[in-house]
Amino acid sequence: MAKTTLKLNGSTREVDVDPDMPLLWVLRDELQLTGTKFGCGIAQCGACTVHIDGVPQRSCVTPVSAVEGQEITTIEAVTGKVADAVKAAWIGLDVPQCGYCQSGQIMSAIGLLTENGKPTDADIDEAMTGNLCRCATYQRIRLAIKDAAQRLAG
Amino acid sequence: MRFVFPEHTAEVTPAGPDRRFVLKSLAGAGAGLVLGLQLPSTAQAQSGAAAVIKGEGAAGTFAPNAFVRIAPDSTVTVLIKHIEFGQGPFTGLATLVAEELDADWGQMRAEHAPADTALYKNTAFGLQGTGGSTAIANSYEQMRKAGAAARAMLVTAAAKEWGVPAGEISVSKGVIVHAQSGRSASFGAFAAAAASLPVPADVKLKDPAQFSLIGTDVPKLDSAAKSAGKAQFTMDATRPGMLTCLIARPDRFGGTVKSVDDAEARKVPGVADVRVIPQGVAVYAKGYFAAQKAREALKIEWDNSRAETRSTDTIIAEYQKLAASPGKPVTTTGDAPGVLAKAAKVIEAEYVFPYLAHAPMEPLDCLIEAREDGAEVWAGSQLQTIDQTVVAQILGLRPEEVRINTLFAGGSFGRRATPGGDMVAAAAEAVKAIGRKQPVKVVWSREDDIRGGYYRPLNVHRLRASLAADGTIAAWEHTLVGQSLLEGTPLAGMIKDGIDPTTVEGANDLPYALANMSVSVHTPQVGVPVLWWRSVGHTHTAYSTETFLDELLALAGKDAVAGRLALMGDKHPRHAGVLKAVAEMADWGGPVPDGRARGVAVHRSFNSYVAQIAEVSKGSDGAPRVHKVWCAVDCGVAVNPNVIAAQMEGGIGYGLGHALYAAITMKDGRVVESNFDAYRSLRINEMPEVAVRIVKSAEAPTGVGEPGTPPIAPAVANAWAKLTGERVRQLPFVKTVG
Repeated sequence: MAKTTLKLNGSTREVDVDPDMPLLWVLRDELQLTGTKFGCGIAQCGACTVHIDGVPQRSCVTPVSAVEGQEITTIEAVTGKVADAVKAAWIGLDVPQCGYCQSGQIMSAIGLLTENGKPTDADIDEAMTGNLCRCATYQRIRLAIKDAAQRLAG
Repeated sequence: MRFVFPEHTAEVTPAGPDRRFVLKSLAGAGAGLVLGLQLPSTAQAQSGAAAVIKGEGAAGTFAPNAFVRIAPDSTVTVLIKHIEFGQGPFTGLATLVAEELDADWGQMRAEHAPADTALYKNTAFGLQGTGGSTAIANSYEQMRKAGAAARAMLVTAAAKEWGVPAGEISVSKGVIVHAQSGRSASFGAFAAAAASLPVPADVKLKDPAQFSLIGTDVPKLDSAAKSAGKAQFTMDATRPGMLTCLIARPDRFGGTVKSVDDAEARKVPGVADVRVIPQGVAVYAKGYFAAQKAREALKIEWDNSRAETRSTDTIIAEYQKLAASPGKPVTTTGDAPGVLAKAAKVIEAEYVFPYLAHAPMEPLDCLIEAREDGAEVWAGSQLQTIDQTVVAQILGLRPEEVRINTLFAGGSFGRRATPGGDMVAAAAEAVKAIGRKQPVKVVWSREDDIRGGYYRPLNVHRLRASLAADGTIAAWEHTLVGQSLLEGTPLAGMIKDGIDPTTVEGANDLPYALANMSVSVHTPQVGVPVLWWRSVGHTHTAYSTETFLDELLALAGKDAVAGRLALMGDKHPRHAGVLKAVAEMADWGGPVPDGRARGVAVHRSFNSYVAQIAEVSKGSDGAPRVHKVWCAVDCGVAVNPNVIAAQMEGGIGYGLGHALYAAITMKDGRVVESNFDAYRSLRINEMPEVAVRIVKSAEAPTGVGEPGTPPIAPAVANAWAKLTGERVRQLPFVKTVG
């Protein structure tokens, strides 16, 4: 066990955990931030995607000790123009089916649109290929990213 | 060897006449998940959970029936008896209520109903549960009547208060109006008064021409929460003092624990206990990470003396031998064997379909808090009646002492509906083993999920046919080999004359005129637990029948669409309707981009009709690249076209991903794949563009959760054959091409 100080969702949180504990389980089991999901545990599905210093990362393979001092943002607290546009597009197109992967999808989409305001289909493929959706809502995810880009441009 | 059902078959088939599952009705051919159970008498009583709901009426809420709650603030909450895991019952069933209630969509809410078979049974099953794409079909009248009754009572209450005839009152978009006197009120204003009125015995339902919500794309009720990380899944549920439990399961199906050394595991910080339970070795800890570490530190010796130890290659070879001769007759018309014996040329094809895992995005999980006199369950319960009974059995309770909180589930595709309730059984055993001291949440890792069995069964099909001189099909012989889904389960009574309808559905009810047709089935015993998987038997029967037919039409020089329509004649108008619609959508026969080809398939499942055309090229990896799919569906009255389209898109993606990439294989009885690296799933770059047309119909609504899946694989295979000349007969595609 070791005390670790996290910069999480705009505030400072201290946890006393095994330094090897993946950030995912710190968020979910220690801090009750359950919007970030467990899907595979080996960075194959993207359900656990959070932003670390603004970049989408898989929290299930990120030891908590590796992100001390970095800005961590989860689905519960992600805000701003891009986040608002993405969430509005997701709701407007009724993207979610079961919904379990969608926190991760949205965090990846926000990361993409923050870097690239007008993504092509190839850009979307590259940014979103790591996020599995077993319901296969992919067509709507693609449309929602384009819709959010338009909202941001408009 | 004998069918081995490793988890709790015995426990869910209780002894004693009053608690025994008794079969009431048998599933018809092609009926899929129509379960015909007569429930234990104790489960038919109203549960404590229902009493709690009824109590809400005392707090000013108008509760005219089991499904509708109208609060003083005018919000209307519909209690949804079907689990919401993406297929849309929250929105669909709430729409049916809102339509007859003349509510405004903005005031509608949805919640899962408690487990109470008497109130919330699926009228197609006789038990409370979701499956067979039945949610809308079995709720269509029931939910509308619930809404109409509530409306009638609100109107009566308003008429009394205003001193006007009820017939002069109208309701629109959540407002009760008496035009003559200029009075109007919200539902909430009359909730309390309506609650004291008698419930009308009979109510008149709207003529479909008057519908204002049914048939429209009302926004889904769960999209906002699911787009903000706020939707509550079982994985997110917690209770004070809760322990997370991971179970080390036998490395082969049917194995048991011989010995366990847990000394190292118990040293892991955060570990609370280690116990042997019927499912394996349960590790309890504060949080997932500690439980995972401790499980890895266990030293277990398994007893595999009764386990399945064959490899899938061996099983396939044994099935192939069986397929060489006819099995139990399923359908016999004319004399197919006689015609084939005399035919100048017999066309033959053998198909191999692998075991498939459902791999829902949320791994299986179940939280139980238990006392000596009752238990509370939080789970993505798909068969609440069975789950309630299973938990009660294990904990020595009566079913009504088990309260089930059904939560959103992160997908299922059939996996959360086992006849033996394996998911809740594991959690009940785990909580029992520590003396019910603390609430326990059992979580499956992804590896546990992929290696955990309950697969779509491996199947081998053999088809033989001959053509007459005019190119028509002279004889059709189809031999299926696959494990029964029902044998050895409480639902075994659905097996009729030795034939499991869920194995042969889709093969025995072809829409084509085949004067000489023989369909037969072998049902070998294998120790791998198997289960329905999105569209059940249709997952393999649609593939073999629609690709083999396509091959025969090509050999006869006939067009794939016109040839099918000719064989349908005028006897199958709904099959023909979707086939014509999809051909029109895709401009079938028109120009196709260079390097691409199109294939078609049409199939009925769960009383819905779906035709698809896939446009395919050869990808850079040599495997099919599916660019576009056109899909026409006839599911009767379309309650929410947007949800129907979403289910077609999702069904296509699910079917395509598995057909192209996925297989569960075993080496010496051990499952080889364990996570999404080897059990490959469709990703966004592999998803085709999908266009959906809903064929207008006045027929009663039927399901859409499953029927989008069966046609996609044969449509792609037929396109691939046109493109390359290669007929793919072993799935997944990447095993044989690329």
